Amino acid sequence: MEYSEKVMDHFMNPRNVGEMEDPSGIGTVGNAQCGDIMRVFLKIEDGIIIDATFKTFGCGAAVATSSVVTEMVKGKTVEEAMTITNKAVVEALDDLPAAKKHCSVLAEEALQSALWDYAQKNGITIEGLEEPKETAHEH
Amino acid sequence: MLYLDNAATTPLHPKALEAMMPYLTEHFANPSSVYSPARKVRAAIDEARQTIATAINAEPSEIFFTSGGTEADNWAIKGLWSSEKGGHIITTQIEHHGILNVFEYLKKQGFEVTYLPVDIEGLVNPQDLENAIKPDTRLISIIFANNEVGSIQPMKALSDIARKHKIPLHTDAVQAVGNIPVDVHALGVDMLSLSAHKFQGPKGVGALYVKKGTRLAAIFHGGAQEKNRRAGTENAVGIIGMGAALKLSIEAMPKETKRISEIRDKLIHEILTKIPHTKLNGTTGDKRLPGNVNISFSFIEGESLLLHLDMNECYASTGSACSSGALEPSHVLMAMGIGHELSNGALRFSLGHGNTEEDITKLMAILQPAVEKLRSLSPLYDDFLRSNG
Repeated sequence: MEYSEKVMDHFMNPRNVGEMEDPSGIGTVGNAQCGDIMRVFLKIEDGIIIDATFKTFGCGAAVATSSVVTEMVKGKTVEEAMTITNKAVVEALDDLPAAKKHCSVLAEEALQSALWDYAQKNGITIEGLEEPKETAHEH
Repeated sequence: MLYLDNAATTPLHPKALEAMMPYLTEHFANPSSVYSPARKVRAAIDEARQTIATAINAEPSEIFFTSGGTEADNWAIKGLWSSEKGGHIITTQIEHHGILNVFEYLKKQGFEVTYLPVDIEGLVNPQDLENAIKPDTRLISIIFANNEVGSIQPMKALSDIARKHKIPLHTDAVQAVGNIPVDVHALGVDMLSLSAHKFQGPKGVGALYVKKGTRLAAIFHGGAQEKNRRAGTENAVGIIGMGAALKLSIEAMPKETKRISEIRDKLIHEILTKIPHTKLNGTTGDKRLPGNVNISFSFIEGESLLLHLDMNECYASTGSACSSGALEPSHVLMAMGIGHELSNGALRFSLGHGNTEEDITKLMAILQPAVEKLRSLSPLYDDFLRSNG
């Protein structure tokens, strides 16, 4: 199993690490049982994601996928953010080992979970966004 | 580079390489041939067999060469299956996969399997073995020294029970041989697996000790090598290297066991006192392999810590080398009741002949900032800090 240079870069120098004060939405997915927990924080103004941060417990790929997803989402509208799929995350990292693909799914879910939280708090509906499953994820 | 993964493998001893070289070059003859160059190879193999037998207090006729620990394990267990189908077999929940997956295989073939539990220190309670035995129990296999947490089983107490019930007992002693004294008679075992590359011998060679009179069918069929019990041209150069390496390990053992145990205990102390929220997995003192350190780092995941060490040219392991890349937490730590989160955050540092006390300082200089950095990323650490004011 080998990580790409992009993955190692995001792992060793993760972008946008930290908890956010007064976030517009927070999403936490995964659990310690499966070895990965991701928490994504979004700041949204006028439907545009102006800031995104994360905290992650997990392997190298878990840290890298959450780091890259915060980078990808910044500056996008919430509708555009919905187009960030696990595949897009894998591509942005120049691929992931097969055994680590589930981390990209978790990153997508963390992002959508934060968007759901934002939508709930503001009483809005985001096209295509579904209520996140409970945190006990099967991978 | 800071190599702290000697339980995964060790570097070849330069003197073992020296002993091997002539057999990689000029002495290439097949030891089963009748002419004199072949007899020279045969003599060298016999000498290695004698060395290995002496090292574990066995007879040379009880030593059978294999391609390593996994083959020795497979043979000891499947040799039973080949001779007679069905029945009950017993092992533990903390075996190496070389045993665990053989038992899983035999389970599919219709055997009934009992996996003995272990306590929080990774030790089997002999009473559990006594209670597990049934009228049709045909074999017991118990790992002597565990590869992940280094726990050394009370083998004599376990073999007394096996003997009382006249059930053959096999032990996977791959982590023990060459590192701690192993005497097959004192342990009371009927079969024992060992592997050369764990004591600075070459990879791809090992042996199975089979006590005289033990019923064991062959699983490799072909030529008449190893007294018709393990076919295939001998890995002469590997066997010779294994003999040389084991001889050196036995000579160095009285000093090295003490020296390495002291480094181990200092390293454990250093980590537990300097890095908060850490916990030693396994037992202490003589019940632990001299080179084994297994620590759980709360709030972080083992692989990510390993990657940080790797970037700093420091090499250790999560669980066993064979399970890295797997998503499952260590079956050994889970069996000990360590729990998912701490099992996921466990790292094994295994010391060997090449390590010195200075390595502790070197490791701490890399480990401390890596743990701090990963905790700064961890939502679990945030939650912990919040709940503790």
